[in-house]
Amino acid sequence: MAEADVDQGAPGGPRTPTVIADDLHIVYRVNGTKGGKGSATAALSRILKRGEERGVRKVHAVRGVSFTAYRGEAIGLIGSNGSGKSTLLKAVAGLLPAESGKVYTDGQPSLLGVNAALMNDLTGERNVMLGGLAMGMTREQIRERYQGIVDFSGINEKGDFITLPMRTYSSGMAARLRFSIAAAKDHDVLMIDEALATGDKKFQKRSEARIRELRKEAGTVFLVSHNNKSIRDTCDRVIWLEHGELRLDGPTAEVLKEYEKFTSK
Amino acid sequence: MSAAPPSPDDGLSPAQLAEKYGLSVSGARPGLLAYVKQLWGRRHFIVAFSQAKLTAQYSQAKLGQLWQVVTPLLNAAVYFFIFGVLLDAKRGIPEHVYVPFLVTGVFVFTFTQSSVMSGVRSISGNLGLVRALHFPRASLPISFSLQQLQQLLFSMIVLVAIVMGFGSYPTWSWLLVLPALALQFVFNTGLALIFARLGSKTPDLAQLMPFVMRTWMYASGVMFSIPVMLARNDRLPHWLSDVLQWNPAAIYMDLVRFALIDDYTAKYLPAHVWAIALGWALVAGVAGFVYFWKSEERYGRG
Repeated sequence: MAEADVDQGAPGGPRTPTVIADDLHIVYRVNGTKGGKGSATAALSRILKRGEERGVRKVHAVRGVSFTAYRGEAIGLIGSNGSGKSTLLKAVAGLLPAESGKVYTDGQPSLLGVNAALMNDLTGERNVMLGGLAMGMTREQIRERYQGIVDFSGINEKGDFITLPMRTYSSGMAARLRFSIAAAKDHDVLMIDEALATGDKKFQKRSEARIRELRKEAGTVFLVSHNNKSIRDTCDRVIWLEHGELRLDGPTAEVLKEYEKFTSK
Repeated sequence: MSAAPPSPDDGLSPAQLAEKYGLSVSGARPGLLAYVKQLWGRRHFIVAFSQAKLTAQYSQAKLGQLWQVVTPLLNAAVYFFIFGVLLDAKRGIPEHVYVPFLVTGVFVFTFTQSSVMSGVRSISGNLGLVRALHFPRASLPISFSLQQLQQLLFSMIVLVAIVMGFGSYPTWSWLLVLPALALQFVFNTGLALIFARLGSKTPDLAQLMPFVMRTWMYASGVMFSIPVMLARNDRLPHWLSDVLQWNPAAIYMDLVRFALIDDYTAKYLPAHVWAIALGWALVAGVAGFVYFWKSEERYGRG
């Protein structure tokens, strides 16, 4: 049922798991939202009132999700807004601590994205270096790939922009550079969070090709998307989350059929 | 999974399956040694991040990086006007010693102060980074302390000019500045690590710390000599002067003053000053690092 364009680890032999989620629960704590009143006296009374946690609201984003992902799989994550898809990815990457349950992984899964490490006041050049180091590349690796990153982003097609501060870039240019930096690293387990829809048509084509390349190099790929077509094109298995609970887990065609039935209601 | 052929792994619990294939718990805290190793592996990131922050700080200003030097100079001028001219706090210190004494104090204390302040916000102010990328979290507070160290080196240019303007010229004793600042850097980093963990749980600390730091500054003799000033006040117990002099901020300020200023002699220093400086650095450095590491897997939670 799964499209046969994906390599299935060692064929015949037992499949090798790369990510195992075991009854995973994730709870966010948000400060200063309880009570609705933002005045100082309200805040003070919240502090004085002991008992349940003061002024903190809990958001139970992922509720008891279990699955096993294997080498060579490309897994799509679908579900309506706020269903916990991104949170689940972050937990798999080890970036959000689990409230209870566990995630076991082979090596270090990484999210595709370096936005937070880059600084708008620095030149594109320095941001390439900084972003690469933040992702854990060595200086030599970055120097080796520097030209490739710049060429891929296409930043210099309209003049020497890479030596200008990033705040002078158009939003499209900045997004392209961010994607190029993020995609420069090889990953064991790669997670992509709706990152594909940046830049113009030409750049989108180029980035989709790069994602396919990354998929070949990576052991396992997770893709979060609201675009059923891109899920169908790239994934052979789909996990459907709703309200933080795993609703369905199976071959792409089956799950998407159910999901489309659910969303068209 | 419905399409999977039967395999010998069926019936294994997730934990057993993970063990069989050597998977490890995602986001688990590494051992202390492994953590130090990871941190060492990220040393280039730590340095690059601190330099990037430093450059970004003034990149929108017209005078640009010149502010690195002008800001401490203005700071020193303000303190001199208030304490040197208006309040005449120099009692007990000769005129040509007081100005470099004051400026050294301000710069050295600012180094500790801003390390602590940026430490408090190093995790809580960079949650985006913490939630997006994987790296030993101690990189952040260490990187921020490093940024303050580089800031201090800019201030040292101003300081050297002022010290020489008041008649102290470079001698071999100036080299003592290096171990003194190195120890202070370790002390600051330890403190920044402690406050980074506290600040990640309680961001409100960022509002409270300026008051704590200001109290600490006035109690540490930035603008007056502790033994001279407290000797004139009979109501205070004698040991208080010793305690204030032994506090880390006072120790590091005194060491740098002693190194740079010819007439700031050993008689102004408390006994065993180097041993105390080393002790503070070790205690804060080690305790801060271990304390921060203990909570490594919990940074980044809402």
